[in-house]
Amino acid sequence: MGWYNKRLAKSLWVFHVSGSPCNNCDIEILDLITPAFDVERFGLKLVGSVRHADVILLTGMLNQKIAPRIQRIYRQAPKPIFVVGVGTCVSSGCVFKDSYNISHDRDIIPIDLYIPGCPPKPEAMIAGVAKLIGVLNG
Amino acid sequence: MIGWKIFYLLVFPGLLFTGVLGLIVGWVDRKLSARLQFRVGPPFFQNFNDFFKLLGKETIIVKDGIKSVFVAAPLAAFGFLVLISTMIGLALFFHEGFGGDLFVIMYLLMIFSVLVILGGSSTGNVYSSVGSGREIKLLLADELAFILICLIPIIKSGYQIQLRSILEVQSVQGPFIGSVSGAIAFIIGILCIQAKMALPPFHIPDAETEIVGGPFMEYSGPLLGFWQLNHYMMFVIFPFLLILLFLGGFNLHGIGIIWAVLKYLLIIVIMILIKNTNPRIRIDTALNFFWRYAAPLSFIGIILAVFGV
Repeated sequence: MGWYNKRLAKSLWVFHVSGSPCNNCDIEILDLITPAFDVERFGLKLVGSVRHADVILLTGMLNQKIAPRIQRIYRQAPKPIFVVGVGTCVSSGCVFKDSYNISHDRDIIPIDLYIPGCPPKPEAMIAGVAKLIGVLNG
Repeated sequence: MIGWKIFYLLVFPGLLFTGVLGLIVGWVDRKLSARLQFRVGPPFFQNFNDFFKLLGKETIIVKDGIKSVFVAAPLAAFGFLVLISTMIGLALFFHEGFGGDLFVIMYLLMIFSVLVILGGSSTGNVYSSVGSGREIKLLLADELAFILICLIPIIKSGYQIQLRSILEVQSVQGPFIGSVSGAIAFIIGILCIQAKMALPPFHIPDAETEIVGGPFMEYSGPLLGFWQLNHYMMFVIFPFLLILLFLGGFNLHGIGIIWAVLKYLLIIVIMILIKNTNPRIRIDTALNFFWRYAAPLSFIGIILAVFGV
């Protein structure tokens, strides 16, 4: 599996899921494919369909309405799939943690990597993805 | 010699050569596009890594779809492309072929588009169906102009329908691009290639931002890998066909090797520049362009070729 994991680490295709965010993290994620940060250097590519994806980038506070849909998207993805939670909302709830409509189910989908920040800087996201690549490379 | 035929099909002009060269040229495409947008771009082995990664992923067979067509379409398309690349490569490198092989290549290229349509519409997904419908319209748009420009070298070589004879006439008279009708056909040929490969500005069937990948949306794992490989193999097949028909083929002796590489890179770079400087056009604009401008222009080219201009 070592050889295959090295291939996987060099071509992670990213699918971006917005789970009711304030859209701030989403804008920062789009910064990653601009000339200043260009993550295609590492082989990362934004894809349009979850069937093509290796990494799901999840942003936002999961509320009761979006949670089953996120779960469905996760089940539609081909395995192996990694989930990266971007932003403080996914990791701790940020200012919305006492809201009436958030989903209290912590096991909606298994999250492999958290990148905190409100929103995280593009450098922080690249550092997080580099950690994922490092784990895959062993 | 059955052994040599298997070698031609599997190694040199066929599967291995076209696949590896296609993935390398796909890297050239991605790197050059990145440099044009002031980015750094992917590393050299990126396309190989993508392909081997997709071979190891899970394949999800859709529940509502037609399973046999869904699985067979990318593999059959791959087989047809290997066949086409072997025929073109045999004519180009070994000067071999059979009577009417140009027509067979034109038919097989059309079958590839039909397989994209079948694969897309077998999934039962709405976006895939929309993409397949657009692929049908694009095929209707570019096919007439493509067939007309393929007729021009046939007329100019004295009504020879063999690729080998077309090459022999060009080695005596000089490449057909030197004449007016040949130049018209070459320019329209590049635009037809752009539409047949679904590259921008004609990436109407698999518009990523609009219908999320079109016919290939539901494909995952190895089957998606084969669609990617098919796409990159066409980066070899279509430029080789244009070189064969209009640029006088390859002369692989001494300085001729450099000329061969330059001819190939010329067509690739023109395609990448068109790709990076044009936004996606609507399907009616594409039909309008091919039927109102490209097809009549290539018909004028045929008339000029009949009069020997």
